[in-house]
Amino acid sequence: MDPLSHDQIESHIRTQLGDVFTIIPDSYGVFTMEVPLQQLYRVVQFLFKDEALGFNFLTDLCGVHYPDDQGRELCVVYHLQNMKRQTRMRIKTFVSSEKPEVPSLTGIYASANWMERETYDFYGIRFLGHPDLRRILNMDEMVEFPMRKEFPLEDPLREDKEDFHFGR
Amino acid sequence: MKTNLEYRAEFLNPDMPEIPYTTLNLGPTHPATHGIFQNVLKMDGERIVSGEQTIGYIHRAFEKIAERRPFYQITPLTDRLNYCSAPINNTGWYLTVEKLLGVKVPKRVDYMRVMVMELARVADHLICNSILGVDTGALTGFTYVYQYREKIYEIYEEICGARLTTNMGRIGGFERDFSPKVFELTRKFLKEFPVVWREFESLLSRNRIFMDRTIDTGAISVERALNYGLTGPNLRACGIDYDIRTAEPYCSYEDFIFDVPVGTTGDTYDRFVVRNEEIWQSLSLIEQALNKIEAEPAGVFHADSDHYYLPPKQEVYKNMEALIYHFKIIMGEIEAPAGEVYHAVEGANGELGFYLISDGGRTPYRLHFRRPCFIYYQAFPEMVRGQMLSDAIVVMSSLNVIAGELDA
Amino acid sequence: MSSNIKMTEAPPGLEGQGFFATTLDSVVGLARKNSIWPLPFATSCCGIEFMATMASHYDLARFGSERLSFTPRQADLLMVMGTIAKKMGPVLRQVYEQMAEPKWVIAVGACASSGGIFDTYSVLQGIDRIIPVDVYVPGCPPRPEQIIDGVLRIQDLVAKESVRRRHSEEYKKLLQEYHVK
Repeated sequence: MDPLSHDQIESHIRTQLGDVFTIIPDSYGVFTMEVPLQQLYRVVQFLFKDEALGFNFLTDLCGVHYPDDQGRELCVVYHLQNMKRQTRMRIKTFVSSEKPEVPSLTGIYASANWMERETYDFYGIRFLGHPDLRRILNMDEMVEFPMRKEFPLEDPLREDKEDFHFGR
Repeated sequence: MKTNLEYRAEFLNPDMPEIPYTTLNLGPTHPATHGIFQNVLKMDGERIVSGEQTIGYIHRAFEKIAERRPFYQITPLTDRLNYCSAPINNTGWYLTVEKLLGVKVPKRVDYMRVMVMELARVADHLICNSILGVDTGALTGFTYVYQYREKIYEIYEEICGARLTTNMGRIGGFERDFSPKVFELTRKFLKEFPVVWREFESLLSRNRIFMDRTIDTGAISVERALNYGLTGPNLRACGIDYDIRTAEPYCSYEDFIFDVPVGTTGDTYDRFVVRNEEIWQSLSLIEQALNKIEAEPAGVFHADSDHYYLPPKQEVYKNMEALIYHFKIIMGEIEAPAGEVYHAVEGANGELGFYLISDGGRTPYRLHFRRPCFIYYQAFPEMVRGQMLSDAIVVMSSLNVIAGELDA
Repeated sequence: MSSNIKMTEAPPGLEGQGFFATTLDSVVGLARKNSIWPLPFATSCCGIEFMATMASHYDLARFGSERLSFTPRQADLLMVMGTIAKKMGPVLRQVYEQMAEPKWVIAVGACASSGGIFDTYSVLQGIDRIIPVDVYVPGCPPRPEQIIDGVLRIQDLVAKESVRRRHSEEYKKLLQEYHVK
């Protein structure tokens, strides 16, 4: 079957849910849209259940940190896929770092479980409704969120490597 | 005598009486887990009730390191994701960067890349299936078959100089043309390996003991598999013929003729057989690629540009201009446009995706690896509920969980 | 009668009719070095090269390491191959402490020796931060020939080691530096 065109997706969501999103242009052929936080769960559930669109596969879920964007510092990016018609889609939602809370998609996609835990581990974004939100890759005792831009890559307490020789 | 499926159905019955369970710790250092990850299993006698997983024992912070490194310096990192099939990771990364930069590669380069990726796929499935044999007690299969992985290492060494962590290729092609020895070694491999692989298959595929251990263990239904994000041979064993090489062809895969094998129930035996069959398809793809490479005009092994293709080493050591370009490009002075791109390749375990956000600078702003092992390993507790402990080992082995890809 | 069999050198000693007198250290060392039971603590890519070393092409079993032991209680040589993250550190330490004396440790690969290319917050910069190491094998990953070379160096150490070494003051001080009881 042919892939869904961007106009088809856009018009379908607009007719069913209204004007809840903004399209981000120039994304190398992938339909990318930004959805405000309150509409996120509704939009994704619609995309999952709708027969015409049928985005039944969550390919990827990750976070991005934009420290310069006041009020929109943390971004969660979802990649959805319609395997039957081989169409990909990207959804972004922005939250501020004072209150980084995003609704969890574990009710819709079981694969979101660990991916959200990883995003929490790296960025500190709390997913509301997640069954077991705790750190997954880093040590449990860690307090900071390492993928944020202000966290240093190297361990400052290491003894055998002198920063001077490594150009830092 | 009850079958495995009947025991499992009884176990999943919510009206079962409450009984005290034993806790068994499997890992992180365990001979049968290939890689370090931990499973704490709650068991009722020999039957598993539930499992809790802890990963992150080899978390090397690839994504954070990648924010510090220019594009060429990220390739050695991608090697170490699924280290059993490093060329697939390397090529996937270069394809992502080429998508961002808008590079057109010549056909011959595409065919060379296909050949190298399919060799890597053979190498990975080879390990997975022979280790599955070892986990069920068939130790000899591994020693027979591993010799042929050494032959594949010889081919890699001729192409790029390294055995395991290959760091193969450049943005736009390869660092040097395939020498005649590469073709000779590959054709020799294509002649000798099928005999050995058929022997290995005959040891296990219709072996009564192996079949008893693997049929109906670790089965997962299609809906749950899709919901858990399974891709690759694990999803194809459930019955869905989704393969990125046919669905969204990259690297001229549309010019090749090959089948996509699928299973029926998604159990361990189906995964084993699907991987076996994929090796046969890969061998056919390698042969087609060799013929296609030889049909194209010789000597073309990279896209023609100075801006992102490193000059050949002989020039760099003699010519000042080449030296300057080499330094500039390695240090990241490639004019990368700002933008975000997601590219997926069919890795040996499934859809290996690279999500690259570039802000026009020397290094990526954000690079995220969509690692198939990380996503499908979540389904493991559901796959083994109600089964026995030895089944858990066999299921873990057949899923081909590579710790480097799990934790990144 | 000539043959291809290489006999190992007898240690220096006094030979006579029906007897051979030598030091206990050399005989014990000779016996120990050719029958080491390794514990492959394989974590990442170096583990795959270790599999290549144990396979038939680069057979490590030729040198006496035929029986791999995955339990530290029955192992002599702890081969740490691959990156050790800080999360894995306590596990490695526990495995090391469970081994019985005499024990040797070989750090295979750049990551185990010094952290390798991963100079990050989550990777232990070399296992000698937490356990004493006898031989380091550099490489990323080292070729199987290098791993075999490392094991041969361990065999040299084992052959020349005194039987009393593990009770000596120097060794006790080494263990104290690492806070090993």
